[in-house]
This record gives sequence, C-alpha cells and structure tokens, in this order.
Amino acid sequence: MTDHDSWLIKGVTIPGGEGPTSLLLGGGSITDIGPNAEHPDARTLDADGLIALPGLVDLHTHLREPGREDAETVQTGTAAAALGGFTAVHAMANTDPVADTAGVVEQVWRLGRAAGHCDVQPVGAVTIGLGGTRLAELGTMADSAARVRVFSDDGRCVADPLLMRRALEYVKAFDGVIAQHAQDPRLTEGAQLNEGEMSARLGLAGWPAVAEEGIIARDCLLAAHVGSALHVCHVSTAGSAEILRWAKSKGWPVTAEVTPHHLLLTDELAAGYDPVFKVNPPLRTGEDVAELRRALADGTIDCVATDHAPHPVEAKETEWSEAAFGMTGLETALRVVQRAMVDTGLLDWAGVADRMSVRPARIGRLAGQGVPLAPGAPANLTLYDPAAPAEAVTPAGASKSRNTPFAGLELPGRVVATFLRGVPTVLDGKLT
Amino acid sequence: MKRHLISAADLSRADALLILDTAEELAQLADRPIKKLPTLRGRTVVNLFYEDSTRTRISFEAAAKRLSADVINFSAKGSSVAKGESLKDTALTLEAMGADAVVIRHGASGAAHRLAGWVRGSVLNAGDGTHEHPTQALLDAFTIRRRLKGPQARGAGLDGLRVTIVGDVLHSRVARSNVLLLSTLGAEVTLAAPPTLLPLAVGSWPCAVSYELDSELPKSDVVMMLRVQQERMNAAYFPSVREYSRRYGLDAERMARLPGHAIVMHPGPMNRGVEIAAEVADSVRSTIVEQVANGVTTRMAVLYLLLGGTEFPATGEA
Repeated sequence: MTDHDSWLIKGVTIPGGEGPTSLLLGGGSITDIGPNAEHPDARTLDADGLIALPGLVDLHTHLREPGREDAETVQTGTAAAALGGFTAVHAMANTDPVADTAGVVEQVWRLGRAAGHCDVQPVGAVTIGLGGTRLAELGTMADSAARVRVFSDDGRCVADPLLMRRALEYVKAFDGVIAQHAQDPRLTEGAQLNEGEMSARLGLAGWPAVAEEGIIARDCLLAAHVGSALHVCHVSTAGSAEILRWAKSKGWPVTAEVTPHHLLLTDELAAGYDPVFKVNPPLRTGEDVAELRRALADGTIDCVATDHAPHPVEAKETEWSEAAFGMTGLETALRVVQRAMVDTGLLDWAGVADRMSVRPARIGRLAGQGVPLAPGAPANLTLYDPAAPAEAVTPAGASKSRNTPFAGLELPGRVVATFLRGVPTVLDGKLT
Repeated sequence: MKRHLISAADLSRADALLILDTAEELAQLADRPIKKLPTLRGRTVVNLFYEDSTRTRISFEAAAKRLSADVINFSAKGSSVAKGESLKDTALTLEAMGADAVVIRHGASGAAHRLAGWVRGSVLNAGDGTHEHPTQALLDAFTIRRRLKGPQARGAGLDGLRVTIVGDVLHSRVARSNVLLLSTLGAEVTLAAPPTLLPLAVGSWPCAVSYELDSELPKSDVVMMLRVQQERMNAAYFPSVREYSRRYGLDAERMARLPGHAIVMHPGPMNRGVEIAAEVADSVRSTIVEQVANGVTTRMAVLYLLLGGTEFPATGEA
C-alpha cells in the first residue's frame, strides 16, 4: 500500500457522531477518525457540509446480465449503483439463463468483480428456472465462489406452500434466507394496477392488497414453524406492514424491505396510462405510502431496497397492459429516502445508515459491508450532501435504461462520492 | 371542447349538450333526400380498429362520409400490426399520412390515451379495453332524451331521469362512460349487478348500486342491459348462465314491472335469452335499433365539433 492510496476526508459529519470530523482511509480500511486525523501524503477531500454513511447496500437489484444486455449489464448497473452511493448490490436471479446453478451465479459474481464499481452478490433462484416446482441446487450455489446466501424467485412467487416450507428449511444448513416475492398468482391473474378507485376508473384489472398480504401471513407462519429466515421483498401495502409487525412481535425470524417508489408514489400516477408507473407490486394508495413510511421508521420494515428494474424504451412505449413491470431506482434511492423519510422527520441520518446499509448487509449475510464507520472498519462509504438544492431528476444516467418514475420530479440531495474499500468509485458526483 | 374525446369525463355538461343538440340538428338533415354535407371535405379520418367491431366501425365510417371526410379503414388484422408493429409506430405512420382524426378501438384500456400522445390529430376513443366508450354513452344519452323528452328538447339535460344499468359493469366500457356522462347530464344512475361484476371501489362512482334488479324496475325510466360474456362463469363471476339469467336477465315478466313510459336499451350485440329475452328486445319499449341509427348522427356531431368543420345549413333553410 502506498500513500497514494490514502484519503483524508475533512470536515465530514458522521450521523450519530459529534460535529464535523475527519476520516482517514488507508489500506482499504478506515485508519483514523477525529478532527486531528492527519496523514502527510494522503489526498484530501474537502467534505464541509457532507455526511458520511457506510456504503449503501441494495438487497434487490436487477442487473439483467446474462440475457438482457440491451436493458442493463453488470457494468452499467453497478456504475449506476456507485453513482447512487451503493458499495454492494444483490443481483436478482431472473436472468436468462436463470441464476439457478453455480455456473450462472459464479459468472455474475465474476462480472461484478471485473466491473469494480461495487460488490455484486448474486441471489440464487429458489426453484429451477423460477418454475415453482423443483428446488434449484441451493447448496451448490451456497458452496460456489459466489457464496450465495439469499435465494429468491423474484418476479414469481413461491406459491406452493409445501415447496416454500422445504426451501425455508433447507437453507438453514448454510445460514441462507428465502426472499419471497409475495404475490398470490390466482388472485392476480391479468392484474395491472392496485385494486381500488384508480383501477375501477381506468378499467385496469385490479391487483388486490390481499394477494400480497395472504402470502406474507402464510410465509411468516411457515418461517415460525420451521424456525427459518424469511425475507419479504418489496412490501407495498399497509396490511402487509401490520402482519410483519405482528410476526416480529412474536420474535419470528422475519425481515422485510420497501422500495423507494413505494415510499413516495401512488397509483394515481397511472391516470395517464404511462407504463413508466407500471411496477410489480403495483403503486398503492396514499394511505399505504404513509403506513410504509411509519413501518420503515419503527423498524417493522428493516430496510430500503431499490428493485432497480431496467427495461428498454420499447418495453414501456406501449399500451399499459402490454408494458413490462418495473422501474429503475439505484441512482435516485437515497434522494427519494431523504425526501420521504428524512425531510418528513420520520428518520434521522443514522436511521438511514441503518436501513440502507447496516441492516440490508446483515440480511444478505454480506461480510465487509454495512459496517458502521469506525477505525478498523472497511472503507466502504458514501459522502452525501443533504443540503444540495432540489433538482429535477433526469432519465439519463449510468444505467442503460431510462424508465425512472421520478423523471422531472425535484428531489433534494446529491451523492458526492462513494468509496469501495478505500478506493473512490465516484468523486464529485461522477464515476472515477 | 377538448381536442380529443377519450373519456366521458372529458365532457362538461355544456360540451355534452352541445353534442346532443348538434346531433339533433343533424338528425333533421338526415331526413333529406341527400344526406351528405360538405363540412369535412378534404379532411381525413382514420378508423384504427384493433378489435373486430363491424357495427362501431361502420357507424363511424358512415358518420365521417356523410360529412364528406375521406375515410381510411385500418384494421389490425392482416396489416403490419399482425406482424408485431407497435401502437406507437402505427401512430407515427398515420401521422405521416396526415390524419386529422383517428378513431381507435383497442383491447387495451388506455390505448386511446397513449395514442393521443403520439399524434397531432384528434383522437376519438371507440372503445378501449374495459375502460370507456364515450360515443356509445353519447348516443345512449341522445336516445334517452329523444324518447323521453322528444326531439324538441334542445338544451335540456336528463335531470331527474332514473337510469338502471344492469350486468357486467366490471368489464364494461359502456357502463363506465354512461355512469360518467348520464350523471353529468343530471340523470340518477343505478348499477344493478351481482357483486362479483361490480368494481370493488364502485362506491366512489357518481351512482347508486343494487345487487338485485327486481327492486329497481318500478322506479326506472330507463333500463340499460349490458352484454354478459358467457365465459365469465368459468372465472367464477357467476355459477351458470341460467342462474345469471334468472336473477339479472330482463324477460317479459320483469319488463311488465316497469313504468309505462320506460324504455329498454342495449348497446349490442345482444345475447338473446341471456341478459335480454327476445320478446323484450323486439318490444315497443326497446330502443335497440334506434340506438344504431342515433349512433351515426351522434358520431357526426362529435366529428364535426372536434374537427371544427365549416358551418352546415341550419334546418328549415333548405
């Protein structure tokens, strides 16, 4: 390690700490914290007014590679992640071929290492081909170089209760977790939009909240029964939050995530039939949004996960019912959370560090990520300017796709720099 | 009036009355030996039909031709659409051809809305999925007003009239447009249907709801029967066609419970013996054939007003 690898970040505020301080990074770790931290040859970054968060960790990212490199690649998706302040992402399994073998998860993992923008932790499929009938080789994926611990058929629900039970039980052998996409398939056949006033008016097939809540209730009971870790993906309804609160009050091993878009947007945006607002699970009502914010604030929902779902232009420039589900989110996540949670007084920045870094890393069993900033900790961190004036979101970014639902919306804040093991991946808001 | 007609909610009461009154003028002209007017000469109207609907297409075609517009019929079957061309690319093609108005029928809710974002001409929604069919509601309102208030009722709304819409409201674009338009015009609308065929959030609509038909009949001025697709029973919306018919079908016995002046409507095509009995469909109360004729005049009025055609001679002058 030469001194050129050292960075002195001056005048930065660490949430939960006392006043502005300095952070010294060297050898991939945080070597010193304090107003007097110094190093004669370190490069200096003036961080007046900035806050430092442990590098953000996303539990739910679609990188699309292999198979849909027209929408996103590991290279472009992780670049978007770094610009959003992330130092680790979990790559979902619904690629083509599906990440249901050691070969595919190792390929994705290696692509992530080669790209170098952030750590890429592959998620393995629960069932072969996401088919929902036979378990994939979960243990082999766990033992592979990719060390898979999170398994999900995301996009599809593991609807068969027996299969779900077995999957939950089986992954106990290697401290795995099943991340469930909670969607009863029968209750959502042809569904297009949250079932309510908007779906009734727009003539779009309704997507009832109970289709999500019923599966979550069942899975919580199953997790308790077999004593296994359940993680609930992208919780979208007030009722889901209530069920999770109840399950947690029992001490059951259940965790959950919420997306930035479900914290900010509602189904009323579908009024113009622009499929950029079409997503699975669907945008819900203002009451759901308010309840999800409360649940994230009180810890019922453990973390924010983006469900970054890039799609090419033609997948969205079409009739609503023909369009693909999903929206991008890596580059805007932290700004949306500031708007929805911090500026509303529901969560402080220490809370954001917990919900966007510490807890998702713990749920994902990621070593070296989500470690609170302290001497000796890995130098994974995000420098953020919460006072940056609100600017309208532009669709153009590092992601290959443009399907952000926040385009034109003014959001506060700015990711200034991201460090991955002491090396900047983003400086002055730009990729290094 | 707005540039497009996509939802009945686009129409204020004044807009709707203007259309009905214009249609009334045009209906007078229809009695002349030469039915054609020069008002839209040189304008191009495209009928873009993604669903088979001969009756609606012919109605729009006749309306445009009677106003001397050039009509292009673009059927999705056997066209580039069948080869997978997107709606957007079709829209850009029509745009390049200089369409002044596009009449679209499409199986996807919101298709007309999307199209309006891609073309400069006016978009007329001729039925989009389970969303709306505003010209059907206009011709229904026109038919109701003519039958119950007479042809001299210009300027009048439907205030105080009680309209009962019966059947598969959940999947009906006709019902959605009629609830909006008829309530805008002052009618009191009641939906009568099994709970499975009503939207869960129907309480937010400007209408009343009943799960039974019989109690509504004696107080109805208008009964509008909706087509019920028999395959719905496969998705458990109702147990059998016969049970549906017994509980919600309009037969002669039920028709006898209507007030003497009440009319029976159906947007067509009918399932005789399911939602409506043959003797009801063919009775003097039935407006089903008039609705077809009124469809042409109402659509002429809409095209005329949206495209801003030249004046047509006032009735009585010729």
